[in-house]
Amino acid sequence: MTTLLVRSSGPLTTVQDRGRVGLAHLGVARAGALDAPAAALANRLVGNGPDAAVLETTLGGLAVVASDGCWVALTGAPAPLEVDGARRGHGRPEWVPSGALLRVGTPRTGVRSYLAVAGGIDVAPVLGSRSTDTLAGVGPPRVEDGVELPVGTPFRPPSPVDTPRPPAPGPLRVWPGPRADWFAPDVLDRLGRTAYTVLAESNRIGLRLDGPPLARVREGELASEGMVLGAVQVPPDGRPVVFLADHPPTGGYPVVAVVDPRDLWQCAQLRPGESVRLTVPAGSPGSPGSPGSPGAPAATG
Amino acid sequence: MQIRPVGPRALLVEVAGPAEALALAAHARAVGVGADEVVPAARTVLLDGVEDPAAAAAALAGWRPGAPVPAGDLVEVPVRYDGPDLGWLADAWGTSEDDVVARHSAIEFVSAFCGFAPGFAYLAGLPERLAVSRLDSPRTAVPAGAVALAGTWCGVYPTASPGGWRLLGRTDLRLWDAERPSPALLAPGTRVRFVPA
Repeated sequence: MTTLLVRSSGPLTTVQDRGRVGLAHLGVARAGALDAPAAALANRLVGNGPDAAVLETTLGGLAVVASDGCWVALTGAPAPLEVDGARRGHGRPEWVPSGALLRVGTPRTGVRSYLAVAGGIDVAPVLGSRSTDTLAGVGPPRVEDGVELPVGTPFRPPSPVDTPRPPAPGPLRVWPGPRADWFAPDVLDRLGRTAYTVLAESNRIGLRLDGPPLARVREGELASEGMVLGAVQVPPDGRPVVFLADHPPTGGYPVVAVVDPRDLWQCAQLRPGESVRLTVPAGSPGSPGSPGSPGAPAATG
Repeated sequence: MQIRPVGPRALLVEVAGPAEALALAAHARAVGVGADEVVPAARTVLLDGVEDPAAAAAALAGWRPGAPVPAGDLVEVPVRYDGPDLGWLADAWGTSEDDVVARHSAIEFVSAFCGFAPGFAYLAGLPERLAVSRLDSPRTAVPAGAVALAGTWCGVYPTASPGGWRLLGRTDLRLWDAERPSPALLAPGTRVRFVPA
């Protein structure tokens, strides 16, 4: 059996797949790769199916030794990749000879890089997924120095070309949240006009943002309610938190907006200190005041 | 029942309280509402991962509060009533520690929803007149198995964690075990009785 011996795990490396679904009512979040399109691309490049597990490494620093020759691909944050000291490419399949040392350096931009290996990381699934949930402690333990990760059997040859995504991120597109009415009527306009700064406390649970606080017009406490991936929660200090893959399944602060699923990957790659805007696209079904605005109650009964 | 969209693939349904939320969640699962997640909470049910929100909303239209909900399994939880807040609870309820134990163990609770941690169930059933305040400052460490009260909720901590609830006692039952077919011992809908051990 092929294994990857972890020489160094860097600041944080976890095993991730597409996450576990259907357990939120038991208090278990989805988890899964934060930059899902990048993880999916890495899997496609090495011939894996979409459910194969990859390594998600944060700001690089990962070094592994392959017990046997294997195909790998690195995607996501463009970290330099070296095999036995020789520079290799990003976003394409690369052959790692038996016993070779693979090193992922620190990316110049972005945060999270994805290393797929043909056959997938074959740790035991927990509740149907190989994803580590860093908040709930469900799934395989985070990857530590010295562990040996099993690799599954490749079932398809690597795919030499694919279409990487466009590199230039834009503002995060958002939908009005279910509790937008807890804030001033122009809250979504204000949100769109504000440049928020990504805080260092951001992690797989949430992207924490700093900027002018969003003031509530409604006092009192919200009874705990279910939260979705991409929910923009506003705690009493008025600074928004975007819930990411390891978020608690329920929460007690009002959700002012919800990040469009197409833009969630950007949240995985925003660095502390970078700025970001959250906008409701004009003319979209979710724009404020448009017919059928999702911010308004849709039905009563 | 009011339905609020939550982005393009989820709906938040508002109802009167935890019993209605549990009933509506059961209904949503029974009619096959087409959601990846059905998450009851204190006054809402979240339907997440919904392919067709309009169809899901239509599927809920036939539900009415007060419709009977099938009774869940009964789980008996043996408790050593030796928690550090037992005396405080006796004072708050104007009674003795023995009576706190008697009252708590006489109630049939129902698991309304889970949250906070995997397998942490919010158990409904404590009458409003016995509602208790949380600690002003949460304890940094509450042991696994601690049986606790806050507001009108009762809960059992599945793992050691910080916590601000009032501690009555402790059980050895495993509340959460990912290896079990049903990992949460007290999944929503479960009826719960605490038995002095």
